Amino acid sequence: MSYQTRPIASRAAEQFASLLAVLTGIAVIVPVISIALTAMQPAADLWPHLLAYVLPRAALDTMLLLLGVGAIAAALGVGAAWIISSFDFPGRSYLIWLLPLPLAIPTYIGAYVYVDIFEPLGVAHNVLSAWLPPQQALTLLPSMRSLPGAIVIIGLVLYPYVYLSARAMFQTQSAEFAEAARLLGARRWQEFCRVSLPMARPALAVGLALVLLETLNDIGASEYLGVRTMTVSIFTTWLNQGSLAGAAQISCLMLFVVAALVLLERYGRRQRAFTAAAESPRIAERKRLSGAAGWLACASCVIPPLFGFILPFAYLLRESIERSLIGGIDAGLAEAMGNSVVLALTATVIVLLLGLTANVANRWRDSTATLASIGASQAGYAVPGLILALGLLAPLVAFDNAINAAARGLGAAAPGLLLAGSSAAVVIAYAIRFMAVATGLTQAGFERIPRDYDDSAKVAGASEWTCVRAIYLPLLRPALWGAAILVFVDCLKELPATLLLRPLNVETLSTSIYQFASRGSFEQGSLAALMIVAASIVPVIWLTRFADVPNGPA
Amino acid sequence: MSRIRDISVAAAGVASIIALSSASALAQSGEVNVYTYRETKLIQPLFDAFTKDTGIKVNVISASSGLEQRIKSEGANSPADVLLTVDIGRLDDAVKAEVSQPIKSDKLDEIVPAHFRDPNGHWYGVSMRARVVYASKDRVKQNTISYEELADPKWKGKICIRSGQHIYNNALFAAFVAKYGEAKAEEWLKGVKANLAQKPSGGDRETARDVAAGKCDIGIGNTYYWALMNNVEADKKPWAEATKVMLPTFAGGGTHVNLSGVVLAKHAPNKANAMKLIEWLAEGKAQQIYADMNYEYPVRAGVAVNPTIAGYGTLNPDPMPIAKIAEHRKAASTLVDKVGFDN
Repeated sequence: MSYQTRPIASRAAEQFASLLAVLTGIAVIVPVISIALTAMQPAADLWPHLLAYVLPRAALDTMLLLLGVGAIAAALGVGAAWIISSFDFPGRSYLIWLLPLPLAIPTYIGAYVYVDIFEPLGVAHNVLSAWLPPQQALTLLPSMRSLPGAIVIIGLVLYPYVYLSARAMFQTQSAEFAEAARLLGARRWQEFCRVSLPMARPALAVGLALVLLETLNDIGASEYLGVRTMTVSIFTTWLNQGSLAGAAQISCLMLFVVAALVLLERYGRRQRAFTAAAESPRIAERKRLSGAAGWLACASCVIPPLFGFILPFAYLLRESIERSLIGGIDAGLAEAMGNSVVLALTATVIVLLLGLTANVANRWRDSTATLASIGASQAGYAVPGLILALGLLAPLVAFDNAINAAARGLGAAAPGLLLAGSSAAVVIAYAIRFMAVATGLTQAGFERIPRDYDDSAKVAGASEWTCVRAIYLPLLRPALWGAAILVFVDCLKELPATLLLRPLNVETLSTSIYQFASRGSFEQGSLAALMIVAASIVPVIWLTRFADVPNGPA
Repeated sequence: MSRIRDISVAAAGVASIIALSSASALAQSGEVNVYTYRETKLIQPLFDAFTKDTGIKVNVISASSGLEQRIKSEGANSPADVLLTVDIGRLDDAVKAEVSQPIKSDKLDEIVPAHFRDPNGHWYGVSMRARVVYASKDRVKQNTISYEELADPKWKGKICIRSGQHIYNNALFAAFVAKYGEAKAEEWLKGVKANLAQKPSGGDRETARDVAAGKCDIGIGNTYYWALMNNVEADKKPWAEATKVMLPTFAGGGTHVNLSGVVLAKHAPNKANAMKLIEWLAEGKAQQIYADMNYEYPVRAGVAVNPTIAGYGTLNPDPMPIAKIAEHRKAASTLVDKVGFDN
């Protein structure tokens, strides 16, 4: 590795990065502005009704749902990440790649599967009926179509957001801190509560925020499970009350609340440093657990993926086999898989590059502009996907119309809807929606890299690019890979924006599931759901092979 | 190195996107672009038959909501020729969003009865489904029922239904408002709500399942779901077998039906082909596909309904024009909130 001795024009690099950061922020905020413009249209007659009959109830249900899902996801995600990072126990090597997999199960599929298993006449009922009269067995079944049901189901499939961000932190948790704590006589548990957990707070905040926003904006599962969330009321206002303006107004209201909560969390940990002071981040030594303790650790780590992944996966597999769908991977479905992977991969690369650049810019010049841009780039995740897609339509078409006008001005043939009519619309929507994942996780990663490193590099005369390549990238690797998995799988699962924005004759795996699910026979789509799982498993396993290596895959 | 790899991946991505997009259609002869709320799997057989008959290729986008907003945003450059919907609500939305133009066709006027099309010709119904009662074979002795009766306290704790805001229920409740006015409709909805066995949730299949399992005695569902469970979905056949379908009627009226219908897009670039498709959908062959593959009621007189559907009894569609139902959707939705139907 050779450092350049001559400092390059650092302002140019800084300015370029800042410019990209600001442009990213603007790109994400454009559809939100477009939604806000829609919200400007009057819907005055609607609000007395909403306030009297809809929103109080919706706000309460939404809050309870978020609290419940947040608690489950945090407990499962942090617990599993800590156990995996701190101990060696039987089955650990399998659990490392099993734990993130519930990511691959779309929330609404989780809901369908659990309802079908636990509803009357389902698997659970049949098993109970072997011992009890069917009517009596009926009373023992849990009601999955309820608020508690929704909390459990959504928490089980979303905990990996917390797990992955916590794991990235616990794993590179400077071993010195942990070991210092232990030298001072702290037990593992105390070390967890007083050292690891507080230090992982920025990452946990990011992971939990992703879980909560995903829950907040869910429509498929909530509606099906009979939970009347704010998002459900947005759709009712739009579709049944015929007021897109009213729907946009509720969306903006939700966005304000989300922004306030995010700022509050950041304010709460202002002026606290979370940087790791280690010379090199090495993996904290894991304690070997044997006997009962080992099996207990194993069991605690098996439960989350068992219910979040294995059970839904087995169900989908059984449905696919029973319906002899397996042999039915036709050209259409194979093409859908190709489309899904290409679209998701392209969006992932774009999102990671822009998210990294924005954070690098902010690192180099901690200006209001870059910070605001990073904040703005979270906005795409804070509105429901379909509303975001609606908001994106107008700016895309405006861009296309400008191109067409320019083309005509030059005497060339007008190209038509270049963005809005092509798959570019879908990629742009993914990038805008999931930018928050990349910027958030990268930001949390950056907060742990001491500024001294930058200063030392600068003093040594290293260029900006060297600094990125030799310091940031290696240290950020776990966070970046975590972000890559999350964004890629999120794109594969994304449904509402994909449905509305994709071009003619283009299907993806998630839209293929929808073709069945919307008529209530989602089992027919279980093969497409399995293919989403398959496409997600490959990167997850590949990345977790390197899970215990400090800097991830070389 | 990794930067170079990233860039090449991105370049490959962009290239494949352009390749994907090449299918996206500008106006082309011999093609027609359909935006649809019907699932592609369901309508593909229809489009295949159309292409075979006419040589016109059908390009499709299907979605669950927002298509009229997409067409509206796309404006004059929109590739949309035809919008197919499964509900009067969406037909009405399209007209309100000003993305439609009148379909002028004497042929259609002859086939589609006046109360199943827009008075101004902006939409035509092409097939029907009825919103009916699935009743337990064991526990429900009567074989006829009225919509009004659903509020009768004799059904207390015995009715299952999906969300009152679901578009199918919204149309049924709007029909009630159109017939009786808001005050009476509110009272009726309160009565129905008081009779519910559980909080509204799930879909029409879950409703049949709950009736079959004994959670409730009657449920509200669409005609084709029961037929699909009975004929196509082997694992759900027991749910159909435990229930019977009753075609309810309004007092002095008929059974509430909803339309799947068709709209001609305002800026349709392939208007001639679009008209061919629209008229073809009302022809005997297409109507028979609607009846046999989708288990819907054809709008064209003289086309046989599927035997399973015929087994429900003779459908006597309510004579009130469907357009009137669309006018009262908002009121119905407001009442559902007001009486806390979904709570």
